[in-house]
Amino acid sequence: MSKVLSVTDLRKSYGTTVAVDGVSFEVGSNEIVGLLGPNGAGKTTTINMILGVLEPTSGSIRIEGVDLAAERSRALEYTNFAAVYAPLPGNLTVQQNLRIFGLLYGVKDLSRRIEDLLQQFNLEGFREVKCGVLSSGEQTRVCLAKAMLNRPQLLLLDEPTASLDPAKAVDIRRLIVDFAAHSTGGVLWTSHNMYEVQEVCHRVLFLSRGRILLEGDPKSLPREHGMASLEELFIAVAREPLALERT
Amino acid sequence: MTLTLHRIAAHRVAAVVLRQFYLLRGSPARILPLFAWVAIDIVLWGFISKYLNSVASAGFNFVPTLLGAVLLWDFMVRVMQGVTLAFLEDVWTRNFLNIFATPLSIPEYVSGLVISSIATSSVGLVVMILLATSVFGLSFFIYGAMLVPFLAVLFLLGIALGILGSAIVLRLGPAAEWFIWPIPALLSPFAGVFYPLSTLPHWMRFIARLLPASYVFEGMRAVIAHREFSAAPLFLGACLAVAYLLLVSWLFGRVFRHAVRTGLIARYTAETAG
Repeated sequence: MSKVLSVTDLRKSYGTTVAVDGVSFEVGSNEIVGLLGPNGAGKTTTINMILGVLEPTSGSIRIEGVDLAAERSRALEYTNFAAVYAPLPGNLTVQQNLRIFGLLYGVKDLSRRIEDLLQQFNLEGFREVKCGVLSSGEQTRVCLAKAMLNRPQLLLLDEPTASLDPAKAVDIRRLIVDFAAHSTGGVLWTSHNMYEVQEVCHRVLFLSRGRILLEGDPKSLPREHGMASLEELFIAVAREPLALERT
Repeated sequence: MTLTLHRIAAHRVAAVVLRQFYLLRGSPARILPLFAWVAIDIVLWGFISKYLNSVASAGFNFVPTLLGAVLLWDFMVRVMQGVTLAFLEDVWTRNFLNIFATPLSIPEYVSGLVISSIATSSVGLVVMILLATSVFGLSFFIYGAMLVPFLAVLFLLGIALGILGSAIVLRLGPAAEWFIWPIPALLSPFAGVFYPLSTLPHWMRFIARLLPASYVFEGMRAVIAHREFSAAPLFLGACLAVAYLLLVSWLFGRVFRHAVRTGLIARYTAETAG
């Protein structure tokens, strides 16, 4: 399995506060990796560094083998993202937003690609609707369509299904699983929904206080640490990370 | 020190420009200010010029001196606002995370803002020229070929001020928007838009010499009065405008780097900036 993302000894500090502390991991082609942890664990900070919008204090990030620090634009051509806290401009229509971001990512045959995505994400009826008046679930689907525009090698998803109803969440999960299975890309996924993580992720990384505490298969990891479920393991990481570090 | 040469990708610059086009096309509230305020300025100063012509001694025409000056100054202000307004659209929609997580580079982003400004300020310029010539009889022949370098120097200064304003907002947060609107008003007394620089006290004249616009308006008055016009001061003004443009472009890059280092780009709100 080839690597689409290699993060090595990544560190981010703000003065004396360390947000991410020497994190190293990889995401392979066709792989969905869950980045888990309690609020403030460093998940979004890590994702922001991979997206090039936050400069690491030290460490390196390589996307498809391209060093992000040295060749920012080229490395970011291989990525895309969707995050619940980054809606697309509400004063542009769905189609206008997709066209603009398609140009930014240099998507070939853009009109065809937009049509495919509108269909895939069930957004055909909203193409001329301004994003600001869409429901939160519809906005999430537009963000995901944007994230798929350039068929990224590395797809970063920060709680992508947080504002979706269970039926829509199932559909979106299926689309993302299909993306990972049928493209050459990999996915880095954060979520607080442990059921979802167990269902879609091939591997999970538990972050706590900026460090990777545990790593493994989400189906077997709870048992390995004497927990009944991934959710129970998550709570243990959040409440007693030091105890788990010793196990 | 390493010199980084950026490859400008036309499709990414086009994306920044297209965003402005979509916003303008769908919003009369954005189209009207492109020409409404400058049109009001031309009408107001057109009548003031006509009135002054009627009470002043015969032989001096205030129309090219005052109305022409207002037109040129307003053009510069529209160029500056064209850049800052395009930038502020990203501030108002909290779009920094989305656009700066794409392969878009800062030179491409700034190029897009500048091209947007050329388009929007041209609308204002055309309306001002139409009004000033048709209603108040302003003839641009009086400026001769010098009109081109006059406009070019003011254009470069307008772009430089627009990038400076954007850098201020990026560094200090959305609330700093109110620092950038008064910049032209703050500069106009030093630029000698309506009076010769000799009117100013010495300390103001010193500042005026640092402003490219002051060389344009001094030149304009010399051309209208058929005085001997030397191109050297205007060339100095043009050099200053280019120098300021390079300086503020560098400054914007520095501010952006700071925003990336501190995480400001990723969580850009009035509360977090500072």
